[in-house]
Amino acid sequence: MALSMHNRIDSTFARLREAGRSGFMAYITGGDPNLSTTVQIAQELAAAGIDFLEIGIPFSDPLADGLANQLGAQRALMAGTTVRGLLKCIAEIRASISTPIILYTYLNPIFQYGFARFENDAADAGADGLLLLDFPPDETLLDDAGVPRLHRIRLVAPTTDEGRVATICARASGFIYYVSREGVTGERSALEGSIQDRVERIKRHTELPVAVGFGISNPEQAAAVGRIADAVVVGSAIVRRIGEGAGRRDLAREIGRFVRPMTEAVHSARSEPDHP
Amino acid sequence: MQGKFELTQLPDAAGHFGPYGGVFVPETLMPAITELRLEYEAARHDPAFQAELQGLLRDYCGRPTPLYFAERWTEKLGGPRIYFKREDLLHTGAHKINNAVGQILLAKRMGKKRIIAETGAGQHGVATATVAARFGCECVIYMGKVDMERQALNVARMQFLGAEVIPVTAGQATLKEAINEAMRDWVTNVRTTHYLLGTAYGPHPYPMMVRDFHRVIGEEARRQILEIEQRLPAALVACVGGGSNAIGLFYAFLRDPGVRMIGVEAGGRGIRPGDHAARFQGGRLGVLQGTKTYLLANEDGQIELTHSVSAGLDYAAVGPEHSYLRDAGRVEYAFATDDEVLATFHDLARTEGILPALESTHALALVRARAKEWTNDQVVIVNLSGRGDKDVHQIAEHGRSHDLL
Repeated sequence: MALSMHNRIDSTFARLREAGRSGFMAYITGGDPNLSTTVQIAQELAAAGIDFLEIGIPFSDPLADGLANQLGAQRALMAGTTVRGLLKCIAEIRASISTPIILYTYLNPIFQYGFARFENDAADAGADGLLLLDFPPDETLLDDAGVPRLHRIRLVAPTTDEGRVATICARASGFIYYVSREGVTGERSALEGSIQDRVERIKRHTELPVAVGFGISNPEQAAAVGRIADAVVVGSAIVRRIGEGAGRRDLAREIGRFVRPMTEAVHSARSEPDHP
Repeated sequence: MQGKFELTQLPDAAGHFGPYGGVFVPETLMPAITELRLEYEAARHDPAFQAELQGLLRDYCGRPTPLYFAERWTEKLGGPRIYFKREDLLHTGAHKINNAVGQILLAKRMGKKRIIAETGAGQHGVATATVAARFGCECVIYMGKVDMERQALNVARMQFLGAEVIPVTAGQATLKEAINEAMRDWVTNVRTTHYLLGTAYGPHPYPMMVRDFHRVIGEEARRQILEIEQRLPAALVACVGGGSNAIGLFYAFLRDPGVRMIGVEAGGRGIRPGDHAARFQGGRLGVLQGTKTYLLANEDGQIELTHSVSAGLDYAAVGPEHSYLRDAGRVEYAFATDDEVLATFHDLARTEGILPALESTHALALVRARAKEWTNDQVVIVNLSGRGDKDVHQIAEHGRSHDLL
């Protein structure tokens, strides 16, 4: 699946590959605690050295998310966040940082907006990729046609068998998101031991980079995954801190301070030489 | 209107009922859903499975259920000859047990010893806890905190049956949130756990499979009415939350063009956002909890709050096959309000000596309001899908607040 134009996700992975290191992807919920703070947090995260920014479009029924992200979505919706408002916020973020932006959400908000229209508006606002939690490659939508302007990020789970990995990879672009644990999003004290094996098996089916997420919450875990994966995703740990700090004037800076040690840990963990 | 053969040949292999249905779930669940689909395909053609299912339905659940002529209510309303399909007389008190028995046998075939389910009114939770106890499985039921309060009797029943009932406090703390939480549990424990979904909703194969386990309702009713009246009914009426009892009654009659079918949704306090659960009144096409169907959402795609006096109908989306049957013009969908439902409950109790579940009372309320649309020699079958014991406390409270008792 090819995109019609240059995409920041591709160029960032190319740069990381040249540098021989893994990337750091931070997840936040758009509009949590409000849209203006989301802009500030995005800027602080960029300053803290993140390579990719994943922004959740809040949905009322996030059934693949754990408590931290559920509460994040709830705070964003309580603050009046809408899809249109969030796209404006992304344009504002894009005006100040060049970090690739991946939108993460469930199908219904996009379905109501209109899939093709959303794709155009999101690309115009400066987004680079789209990940839909409840939209497996087996399903299609009538207006999901033509040359896509956003990369279609797709998930592979520990339960996904080999044949299905091939199907998913064939319908993905940008990168593959490997969910490193069965379960919903959330922090874990111990990581699954089989991540390396699974990442290697995915790479047998695709040239696409593989990002690993679900459960990573500290610099040690981030560095360990960074040695295996092309990118490390940290989400719930950040969202939880945003929840705890909501209302504080220096919230954005505080989030930057929390994330910096993790981006540094990932950047100093060289990736394996077998996939240059 | 579609050809009459097509109506009974859905869904397609991918679970689509025309533009509705499908499999919209997180990737982690795809293998479990595929396994369930294949296992169900094998089981439905396996005589041993069918024999075990039929045996349980007869001896454990109490099938066939009677088709009862409601003579006094018929006289009182002065409309059609009204028959009740007495699913309320089944073990555990509602039609839900038909599906629970079917799915527990599938779980057994798949070697899954942990059963989870959501429940709204608690009837599906009780049915699930019942079959889990009967087959020696661990059982966890997710139930909205609000529903636990208004259906306290069923909570106690589930606990006596050995189930753990976990309160869900997110959102409006009713059925939708319970399904979200059950899905999260399933995503986390998918290798050991079967999700015994309780209505004709969710990702394929659930809408088809749950329908099939309830088809017996209509098959029996069709046979019984032909025996009693030597003719088919003019109409079938059933309440529609997710829509399992309705599709169960309707399915055997879909190819009888003279039989009118009416599904009754929860009109709550009236058709205003947040005050009802009538998806075909204020709803739009969307995707929620695994399927594409009519649902109540705002223009931004956020699911709207719902309200119904009946916990079992208090849900923002409707089963995908109902969306299809509505488009096809085969089934009409109407609604009954809380007030109509409560008045009908008291009417039926005193006329027929039956306390119907508030869910089923929606169907009765429609017949009561529209009885004059039918002539005295026409026959109408109402699905009395559950008994109202669980609702006694809530109705008494409501009666006090309305000075009825």
